[in-house]
Amino acid sequence: MSTRFESAGFSTRRFRAEREDDWAAFETLLARLERGSTRNLTTDQLLELPVLYRAVLSSLSIARATSLDAALLDYLEGLATRGYFAVYGARASRWTRIGAFFRVRWPAAVRAVGWETVVIALLITLGMVTSALLVLRDPAWFGAFVPEALAGGRTPDATRQFLATTIFERQTDGLHSFATSLFTHNSQVSILSFALGFAFGVPTLMLEFYQGLSLGAMVAVFADKGLGVAFAGWLSIHGTTELFAAALSGAAGLHIGRAMLFPGDADRLTAAAAAGRRAGVVMVGVILMLLIAGLLEGIGRQLITDTATRFAIGGTLLLGWLTYFYTPRRGRAR
Amino acid sequence: MAAIETPALPRARRTDHRTRRPVVTPEGVPLNLFIGSAGMRLAALIIDLLIMVLVLVLGAFFVNWLGVSINAATVPSLLMLFAFAVRNFYFIGFETGPRAATPGKRLVGLRVVARDGGRLTNEAVVARNLMRELEMFLPLTFLGVSETGDMLEGWATGAGLLWALSLSLFLLFNRDRMRVGDVIAGTWVVETHRRKLAHDLSTAALDATVPAFSDSELALYGEYELMELERVLRRGDTEQMREVADTIRDKMGRDPVGDDTDFLHAYYTALKSRLERGLLFGKRRADKHSAG
Repeated sequence: MSTRFESAGFSTRRFRAEREDDWAAFETLLARLERGSTRNLTTDQLLELPVLYRAVLSSLSIARATSLDAALLDYLEGLATRGYFAVYGARASRWTRIGAFFRVRWPAAVRAVGWETVVIALLITLGMVTSALLVLRDPAWFGAFVPEALAGGRTPDATRQFLATTIFERQTDGLHSFATSLFTHNSQVSILSFALGFAFGVPTLMLEFYQGLSLGAMVAVFADKGLGVAFAGWLSIHGTTELFAAALSGAAGLHIGRAMLFPGDADRLTAAAAAGRRAGVVMVGVILMLLIAGLLEGIGRQLITDTATRFAIGGTLLLGWLTYFYTPRRGRAR
Repeated sequence: MAAIETPALPRARRTDHRTRRPVVTPEGVPLNLFIGSAGMRLAALIIDLLIMVLVLVLGAFFVNWLGVSINAATVPSLLMLFAFAVRNFYFIGFETGPRAATPGKRLVGLRVVARDGGRLTNEAVVARNLMRELEMFLPLTFLGVSETGDMLEGWATGAGLLWALSLSLFLLFNRDRMRVGDVIAGTWVVETHRRKLAHDLSTAALDATVPAFSDSELALYGEYELMELERVLRRGDTEQMREVADTIRDKMGRDPVGDDTDFLHAYYTALKSRLERGLLFGKRRADKHSAG
């Protein structure tokens, strides 16, 4: 039997003609959805979306089983894949998500890295004590702990008066940019200490210890001139938040490192991904904390020059963070 | 965008199975994702970095202009904050969007997806991009340090650079082309697959001068060859079409006469029709070597 024209049975031509409109309609909706949010669609279009999506999937299934038109299969596969991500990638409204993040997910993630946070906090403290003792005994150590650029003249050789001005004077414009550079530097170090967690957490530990070292050296410089308490006050107003954020980012990194070293029952890749996602939640929060710390540093420290008030603010914030993160609450975790 | 629209050639039956990652939708339909190649990733990254530099330069001009008209002394602070924001939030900002891709990725035709086929969460995007600190910026810092002349320091820097690079090039050493950031975020970067629906070749008007094909002539080839033939027809290269037409005619024992395009069109239509009828009866013929 010779075949010149398509005979009875499946006809790609008819198949296309019957469904092409649906595909085009779905494509239009997709394009609109991809350009922004679901708000770009009317209610009718929203209701239509899953229907059209399933129509495309069914077209694909039929075409795969019955058609050998490569162009058609290719097109449908592409459309179905795009649709899959658009339909299943859709999330709850932004406000719901933000609400859930602050109510449940962030504190839960922070608690999940609890042990790591304790380790990092101890390590920072150890670094501070070490360098403070060393610098108090021999000021020459200072250069080893604090790079010149970050010291900004606050060295053991500086006069008491100069040191006092860095704490109590309203910042001049030059100091303003110095404060900004400290903030961006510290934030970048926090992010780096998270990223270094991938190398089984070891460089994270080193970096956090080093952060403790440079902080301790600074404390020693001021304490040596009898400004220890004042410096602590100056530091605490934003430092409690910033140091907490630094510790949390280190803990998040360590969490990943730990999951990769000891994946438990899961395989290493799955364990790393799960830990990475928890750490990601922590890090979203850490970035927020760093921004808050930056604001406190830029504004609060300028306006409030009284040591007691500074302590009060810093202490309140620390207490606030601790309560927020660690008070047990009825879990509505999803 | 040109890179996405030009290839009208289908590649549904791509021979490259090494980059294919099937995902089954909740409706039970398997879809194929294709892992983006290292070259595409590099191209996307270069585009993104160029855009970042451009944004930084334009932003610097803007901040400078703003600063001069308000308060010149705040310019350095503002610049630092701006650079900080661009460095850390460029990738995160774009990849949390509905397309899950930076402009560079979109241009090259890539997007980020969750490895488990579920939705791509914000924290996964944050995790995978904060890791860039380790992969992109850490090697750069080692490069910066290496200018001090000290021998021991030189070795230490070299070792550090090597270690940092091994993390940067991690992507080359796994089949899924995952960066370190992808590993810990549980993500893949896959090709987006955006194509116009090409016209149906078998509906093209058939030339009656081509003699009908006998059953044995149609039994020569299978699905693979049909798809290849479709590719040849869509490309429309006369040289190639002559070659293919001659090969087919030779196998049939026909004389190499007549118009190649008409012949191939007619054969494509007839072969496709025959194979599709086979499909309806549950018979698949993968290629010319399998039994028909």
